[in-house]
Amino acid sequence: MAILINRNTRLITVGLTGKQGSFHTLQSRDYGTNVVGGVTPGKGGTVHEGIPVFNTTFEAVKETGANAAMIFVPPPFAADSIIECIDAEVPLIIAITEGIPVADMIKVKGALKGSKSRLIGPNCPGVITPGECKIGIMPGHIHMPGNVGVISRSGTLTYEAVYQLTQREIGQSTCVGIGGDPVNGTNFIEVLELFEKDPETKAVIMIGEIGGTAETEAARWIKTHMTKPVVSFIAGAAAPKGKRMGHAGAIISGDDDSAEAKFKILQECGVTIARSPAELGQKIAEVLKK
Amino acid sequence: MNVHEYQAKELMRQFNIAVLKGGVADTPAEAVEVAKSLAGNVWVVKAQIHAGGRGKGGGVKLARSLEEVEKYAKEILGMQLITHQTGPEGKKVLKVLVEQGCDIDHEYYCGIVLDRSVGKIAMMVSTEGGMEIETVAHNSPEKIIKAHIDPATGFTSAHGRKLGYALGLKGETLKKAMAFFEGLYKLYTEKDCSIAEINPLVTTKSGEVLALDGKLNFDDNALFRHPEIEAMRDVTEESAQELEAGKYGLSYISLDGNIGCLVNGAGLAMATLDILQLFGGTPANFLDVGGGATKETVQKAFSIILQDKNVKAILVNIFGGIMKCDIIANGVVDAAKEMNLSVPLVVRLEGTNVALGKKILSESGLKITPANDLADAAQKAVAAAKGAN
Repeated sequence: MAILINRNTRLITVGLTGKQGSFHTLQSRDYGTNVVGGVTPGKGGTVHEGIPVFNTTFEAVKETGANAAMIFVPPPFAADSIIECIDAEVPLIIAITEGIPVADMIKVKGALKGSKSRLIGPNCPGVITPGECKIGIMPGHIHMPGNVGVISRSGTLTYEAVYQLTQREIGQSTCVGIGGDPVNGTNFIEVLELFEKDPETKAVIMIGEIGGTAETEAARWIKTHMTKPVVSFIAGAAAPKGKRMGHAGAIISGDDDSAEAKFKILQECGVTIARSPAELGQKIAEVLKK
Repeated sequence: MNVHEYQAKELMRQFNIAVLKGGVADTPAEAVEVAKSLAGNVWVVKAQIHAGGRGKGGGVKLARSLEEVEKYAKEILGMQLITHQTGPEGKKVLKVLVEQGCDIDHEYYCGIVLDRSVGKIAMMVSTEGGMEIETVAHNSPEKIIKAHIDPATGFTSAHGRKLGYALGLKGETLKKAMAFFEGLYKLYTEKDCSIAEINPLVTTKSGEVLALDGKLNFDDNALFRHPEIEAMRDVTEESAQELEAGKYGLSYISLDGNIGCLVNGAGLAMATLDILQLFGGTPANFLDVGGGATKETVQKAFSIILQDKNVKAILVNIFGGIMKCDIIANGVVDAAKEMNLSVPLVVRLEGTNVALGKKILSESGLKITPANDLADAAQKAVAAAKGAN
């Protein structure tokens, strides 16, 4: 079961023949992911490391029956590649690229509306269902299959949380990096909803950050919809009071976006909070015992 | 990226957004020349620094004669201007903007920002011009009127009407305000701004709608397609260390504490500061070496951390995913040897090739305190910094 990806996932990589795209696609394949193709305009018809290459995503999907795409295209062109995947009706698009202009992502967000695609990221480590399928740049070996779902805006901090779980022999159902950009494809609530419905997931770790109101909205959603325990950490309590524009999103919503304010709302909504990032594994162990 | 008010206003003119006539000056004599070239007998002399609150800090003066223009320009140029956004050390003023005076009828607020929760651009206006918008949002949020703009439709007359009527404008003034809003939206989208803020936006006794002040920020990720904006960068406004770090792909922010931090990944770097604070320590910096760090970038990171004389201990916290622990370990050892590192060094390595990384550290002959996990690392770093005091 798990969520989003499993052993039936058929992956294509857009930007397969680039250095990063190639390296991480092979790493994912070594982990067990079924990589069925890649896209690099101009290199269609060639084979890269045993993987057939196509000129367009449309063609790649038609020929391989791919149901997931991983985006490894440089920032100036990444939004175009995401829109190409939406047009090709790829159900799951995972964009690893960091540094896409916000204006481009606003257009992507518009294109996603009413489409058949879900976008994870950009600027994220990807998604992994341990033991079945890895799409992204996370180190596969720190994970183990199990019952804890992980959602995070950060990369290495997610590895830290996963590592703490695995050290305690607590496995993960699926780990999802939703990305650190201000405009992204999938938010905390959408992933929480998937975990709530997934019979394999027994508890969830949610790792947030200062800025924006995604965690606050998620907290309110958890209070009314979530039956499974959630443990949360918000990074940035010690960060200096940001340049004021970092708070623009908060002006609009009227919510405070500091770590302190987010911890408070999470706690009020029944989420178990970890004040220290080193306590995530222990807190999950505690809620699982209850 | 930030620009000065005079640069923001140059851009606004290009988009037919009404601003006062004015010009920038580096010396008092130049300021007088600018004033002479402008009609009228009242001028405003404004300090050009990347911070708000300039008026309260004494950086904005009304001059009623050319002599006063010269006098105020002399006072302001070279002054260390302190505002609530500059920090206690203030910022040195190198340029002034000299503008025509105008007869203000009413002051308003107008701003454009990204609304992250919906992934759309929002324009906000308020009748509470001249006040900090955060204060208005906190005390009387109902006085902020917003219009979300769908990227498919762009800015429409309907948006303009909603905002203009909300300010109580009518007739010709309303039409001028609508044109102002539309121009600002065009500037925001065409130049990839991340914020546009006009505070105050004013109506004059003669019925004009003008930007009295103007603040623009730009999306760093989009600068590749705006060389004309990149050319406006004022490096004197940016921290030398942060700029240098940026050249090596390092993300560095200086803080007030005494524990230097070297971490990979922004989230883990933030979490490292948090845990240091939880154990009673104070971080000296935020430093993310990124995913593609090499031996050289690690060395550079050390040299930037050590430029801060407050640093009493260094904590290296690496979760090697793509980045391999042995590479980091080699970088740490080389940097420590070459720089004759004298402050205590606590290193926590985890992830890919961790055993090899730990071996390199222990065989280096250097006095490195190894840490087993995140909490252990933070506790040891805090103890080391205290011991050094």
